Amino acid sequence: MRCGDFKESYLKDETIFQTYWVKFWLFILMLFLLGLPFYANSYVMYVANLIGFAIIGAVGLNLLTGFTGQISLGHAAFIGVGGYTAAILVTRLGLPFWVAMPLAGLTAAATGMVIGIPSLRVKGLYLVIATLAAQFILEYVFVHWESMTHGIRGINVPAPRLGSFVFDTEQKFYYITLAVVLLGVGFARNLVRTKWGRAFIAIRDRDLAAEIMGINLFRYKLVAFGLSSFYAGIAGALWVGFIKVVTPEHFPFSLSIQYLAMVIVGGLGSVLGAIFGAVFMTLVPELLNVLTSFAKSSVPGLEHVFLPMKDVIFGLLIVSFLIFEPHGLAEIWHRIKNFFNLWPFSY
Amino acid sequence: MDIFLQIIVSGFAAGGVYGLIALGFVLIYKATSVLNLATGEFMTMGAFVCLTALTQASAPFWIALPATLLFAALLGVIVERVVLRPLIGEPIIAVIMVTIGLGSILKGITHLVWSPEYRSFPPIFPPQPLDLGFAIVPSGLLWGFIFALVCTAVFTFIFKYTRTGLAMRATAANQQAALSMGISVKGVFALSWSFAAITAAVGGIIIGNISGISIHLGHIGLKVLAVIILGGLDSIVGAIIGGFIIGILENLAGVYLDSIVGGGVKEVVPFIILVIIMMIRPYGMFGRPIIERV
Repeated sequence: MRCGDFKESYLKDETIFQTYWVKFWLFILMLFLLGLPFYANSYVMYVANLIGFAIIGAVGLNLLTGFTGQISLGHAAFIGVGGYTAAILVTRLGLPFWVAMPLAGLTAAATGMVIGIPSLRVKGLYLVIATLAAQFILEYVFVHWESMTHGIRGINVPAPRLGSFVFDTEQKFYYITLAVVLLGVGFARNLVRTKWGRAFIAIRDRDLAAEIMGINLFRYKLVAFGLSSFYAGIAGALWVGFIKVVTPEHFPFSLSIQYLAMVIVGGLGSVLGAIFGAVFMTLVPELLNVLTSFAKSSVPGLEHVFLPMKDVIFGLLIVSFLIFEPHGLAEIWHRIKNFFNLWPFSY
Repeated sequence: MDIFLQIIVSGFAAGGVYGLIALGFVLIYKATSVLNLATGEFMTMGAFVCLTALTQASAPFWIALPATLLFAALLGVIVERVVLRPLIGEPIIAVIMVTIGLGSILKGITHLVWSPEYRSFPPIFPPQPLDLGFAIVPSGLLWGFIFALVCTAVFTFIFKYTRTGLAMRATAANQQAALSMGISVKGVFALSWSFAAITAAVGGIIIGNISGISIHLGHIGLKVLAVIILGGLDSIVGAIIGGFIIGILENLAGVYLDSIVGGGVKEVVPFIILVIIMMIRPYGMFGRPIIERV
């Protein structure tokens, strides 16, 4: 009988699929995800798509905040940059969605790197404020650069198509989302065990020590900003392709906060955590929506209580996770897994 | 020329209020190294409490104001005790996020208790404007300015010349040393939070008087970040002077740039100034540069 999970070399410790069981369960999960559109209704698929976008954005933010330790309050703006780039490229230049999406990622990455420049001089609180300013400035640009963004009227975008196949329903679009999520998560998971990933973690843990050991702070911080914004840009492009319209209200400051909340609730510095956080923080508001509509029909007059309750619950989640479980859902997951690993003979 | 002076004067008056709110940020930052991103919600809540006292309880202003201040002080102490104290010594992201979460909770509660629609204050101050000869100051701005100035003076006095203020300054300088001198650092933390909540509430009341209140008043709290970055995160003088500068620049931009780029510049100018300062002089005019030693 197995009495523990022993690793005898660093190589083994770094493998992604640590045991055969992990591969098995992931395989089952993949089957479930691939089959989901066949038996789920369009509301469930809508939520599944939202979760997918959130995962991409959160994994990106976690690379920056969780691994490199640079806090960003402007993630929603980068998502917006990606969304607007994709929309403009598709409608103005007539580029196919598949070309526009990576370009949107690159534009967002370039924007993110510009915003990241202050990170060389300032850190901590000051960087938080700088990224917050970036959020508001970009939001202003979305609204007021009328000739490009059409202001608050927004831009209508056609659904992406491949040959004659149009990805216009939630079910069809889900496969694009799933593919991009798998690519993004796989890349991030591999990145964090390479030289680059270790450099990120070194910068997070002690930037001065990292610099002394020969890590070029400026380059790695900028790359972290670029990568994280690239993810954001891709998430934005997908979002635009999915709901087929882009307006400035889609990328408010509160979305930036929501992404940071995902990363914190899920677990800083863990790809799995970002996924958990994205799923959790997307499902909670949806659940509250369901509760609201339920309350509307059963207890009329109570529904006005639910709207503000969303804010309260959102805040309570952040505060209580920070106080009681700072390592987030990923840590809870590890605890549960370890408990059952040796159950019933754990000691 | 006349309009230029008029803009400067209104900007100056608005700057006084910014300075007051910025003071709240600085008080907390100095004592506890926390940047309180929930300041905007403290403002909103304070303004609503005062409004309720004035209209529903129909109390006169000289009763409503102390009642609001008492409420704000209590709120500050409770928040410090329940939310912030468990996080002492945690990384910056935790502390920042906890204030954001707190802001969300407070905003929800405000929304729950007072419905979201826009309201205006009953007239508190005499309505006649002040004529300076070269410019006219509207009554709301004038009284707001006077109020802000009085508040700032009171807090500066407490900070500089009382025992409590000395304890606060000692804690800001070195917590360990302050503890060993018998200063209750916890007490100082609680006090700083209640002071900050009071300044925020007064700021909220003043702004509510000038332009009415809704639950979205809190946005101004974020604008004030530009003020404290300009002045320096840990400088009281910087907060006040920064407030004036940002107030004036914002008003100038609102008048002269709005026609060029098309509306709403006033909202974004503080943030642009913020980024520029950050690039040139990250620690502001009067802030103390952080020197890291290995």
